[in-house]
Amino acid sequence: MSGKVKLIDENGLRVDGRRPNELRSIKMEVGVLSNADGSAYIEQGKSKILAAVYGPRELHPRHLALPDRAILRCRYHMATFSVEERKPPAPTRREIELSKVIREALEPAVFLEKFPRTAIDIFIEVLQADGGTRCIGTTAAALALADAGIPMRDLVAACAVGKVGGVLILDLNDIEDKEGEADMPVAYMPNLGQISLLQMNGSLTIEEFKQALNMALEGCKQIHKLQKEALKAKYVAIREEVETCLQS
Amino acid sequence: MSSIIASRIRQRQIYQMIASGKRLDGRGLTDYRPIKIEVGVIERAEGSARVLLGKTEVIAGVKIEIGEPFLDRPNEGSFTINAEFVPLASPEFEPGPPDENAIELARVVDRGIRESRAIDLEKLCLIPRKKVYVLFIDIYALNHDGNLIDASAFAALAALMNTRVPVYVVDSDEIKRTSDYAPLPMRNYPIAVTFANIGDKMVVDPWLEEEEVMSARLTVTVDKDDRICSLQKGGGGVLTPQQILEAIEIAKEKTKEVRRLVVGDLG
Amino acid sequence: MIYFENRQIVTPGELLAEGDYSAGSNTYKSGNRIYASRLGLVEQQGKTVHVIALNSVYIPSPGDQVIGRIEDINVNGWVVDINSPYKALLRVVDAINKPFRQQKDDLTIFLDVGDLILAKVLAFDRTMDPLLTIREPGLGKITQGQIVKVSPAKIPRIIGRRASMINLLKRETECKITVGQNGIILISGPTPEHEKLAILAIEKIAQEAHTSGLTDRIAEMIRREKMVKA
Repeated sequence: MSGKVKLIDENGLRVDGRRPNELRSIKMEVGVLSNADGSAYIEQGKSKILAAVYGPRELHPRHLALPDRAILRCRYHMATFSVEERKPPAPTRREIELSKVIREALEPAVFLEKFPRTAIDIFIEVLQADGGTRCIGTTAAALALADAGIPMRDLVAACAVGKVGGVLILDLNDIEDKEGEADMPVAYMPNLGQISLLQMNGSLTIEEFKQALNMALEGCKQIHKLQKEALKAKYVAIREEVETCLQS
Repeated sequence: MSSIIASRIRQRQIYQMIASGKRLDGRGLTDYRPIKIEVGVIERAEGSARVLLGKTEVIAGVKIEIGEPFLDRPNEGSFTINAEFVPLASPEFEPGPPDENAIELARVVDRGIRESRAIDLEKLCLIPRKKVYVLFIDIYALNHDGNLIDASAFAALAALMNTRVPVYVVDSDEIKRTSDYAPLPMRNYPIAVTFANIGDKMVVDPWLEEEEVMSARLTVTVDKDDRICSLQKGGGGVLTPQQILEAIEIAKEKTKEVRRLVVGDLG
Repeated sequence: MIYFENRQIVTPGELLAEGDYSAGSNTYKSGNRIYASRLGLVEQQGKTVHVIALNSVYIPSPGDQVIGRIEDINVNGWVVDINSPYKALLRVVDAINKPFRQQKDDLTIFLDVGDLILAKVLAFDRTMDPLLTIREPGLGKITQGQIVKVSPAKIPRIIGRRASMINLLKRETECKITVGQNGIILISGPTPEHEKLAILAIEKIAQEAHTSGLTDRIAEMIRREKMVKA
């Protein structure tokens, strides 16, 4: 923490003008890739993330298959041009950890038992990174799974909370993540009230943590609303078009 | 048995006992297994520690080199943490580079030490922007009987406390090695507590068979001022907000107990 | 307690009902609550709440008619892609009527990689891959026509209640239309233009499957297209 940038001003506004509990502007689109069984694209602030799902499909090599359920595989990967300084294409330790953490965030949501001996593959590509990529990736992957028609217990919505100048903030951008005092990504299944991803690095008192968790869950609920709209969007549009045709 | 997959009967036993507040090895739900810590076990390393957590065994070694600081931290020493799950530790471990579990463990232990600013990195700077001490903390799992994360975190902390830094003096723009050693300057003592969610109960320090039946795990790292410096949920299950808050309250107390063991009384 | 309006679009995890209801297709019950498990239209039929999915995965069921593509040949027979997470197996005994001599006869003579077949699912369960048969009248290698692929979830709408939609299509486009439960449809008509019209209609049905008044609109669309051609 170099402290060279003031991350929150006297009026409580953040570097990009947001209030502490404000999400960045979000655009979600479902069914954007024709080859994948399911896909979604999300722009959140300056972060741009694409998620695709292939499966359930046969698993090769066969010995990795489980007899009573599908296995979920997840690859979180950042494009070389997604960050300020070109990132080499090979998977980094961070990408490997995040691939695992995101997979574990989505596993409890999918009815894996319905597809024994298969694999469901999730691919997340970060095209441009400006903070919150594992949360946005998780949110997009959940949309892609639903788009693929894979049965799920609930959608998974994710959001991160941080702390700047002692103030808790929602949905960190890159500079708030790098220069702030805490970073806590959370993934939530809103209808079931269950948390499937929780990480934190930084420094929070127990009291701050309680507030941060509440803030994160509220953020996840807002993200979930947008997910529902994105999934229904295409169908709602077609319905409306048909109805206006009938009226004319 | 070479396979460590618990039978269905055993799994049911574990669930039933935990539901009634006890565990198969007689522990309470928030009890650690016996913890044994030995330091200075590897003389060639600048610092080392061996931890036994029940039958789980981990060794951590610290090696020090002189190198360049990171561009964004020109006045600080630096450190990296790596973990190896060597094949002799478990029939499930295969030779090769660290897999996602070893990588996750190393990064979780790293976060605890880094975010709590346990090492006083500014005191490890020799010539700003040019020469600093670089620490390599390597963790080797030697026997996996559950909860490698906590065992590794304790070992890393104990090894750091055991570390003696070779003293260099700065002479104009050069550094010269002396024959002295100094203790590694430390400011904080983070302790990790890992919980397993078994049948909706949060159970401290899961051993191997409990790890096989748990639905999710939560590692809470608390520093000496009761601040949470790292959290990591692992495993494919879920946690409710209530379970997380319960775990944090338990962690606050447990970390004090364990810190006394690893660090001694801080006064 | 019901929490929806009939034919409302619901998303996975949405709470549909609470109390003495049964969980129909694409829903699940937890405690006494029923949730949607897929994106689709929710409907209530008596005490059952179900969701008509907008997209789903084809899981073979014995008795299903399917259209598949030969992908591989092995000692047992042919491996068939049936647009499912599971590859199907067509054993020699379920394909060929006359006796087959393993060493002497070449399987590719009967069916080769890339061939399309109309088959029926013989068996499928959790422990084995689906088994197919073509030894029934009407089944076998497909030699002409065009293939359309839709989400398996749309097949019931393409067939329609009491086959009303599929009969309309066959009549108005003059095409032979064979529907595979696995989302693959075979169209064979007097001319390529007839086939194209049928494909257009099927794609429109798939797109608008969740709207009402679809049968009339499809009839209208086909009529319009035929007038343009005339």
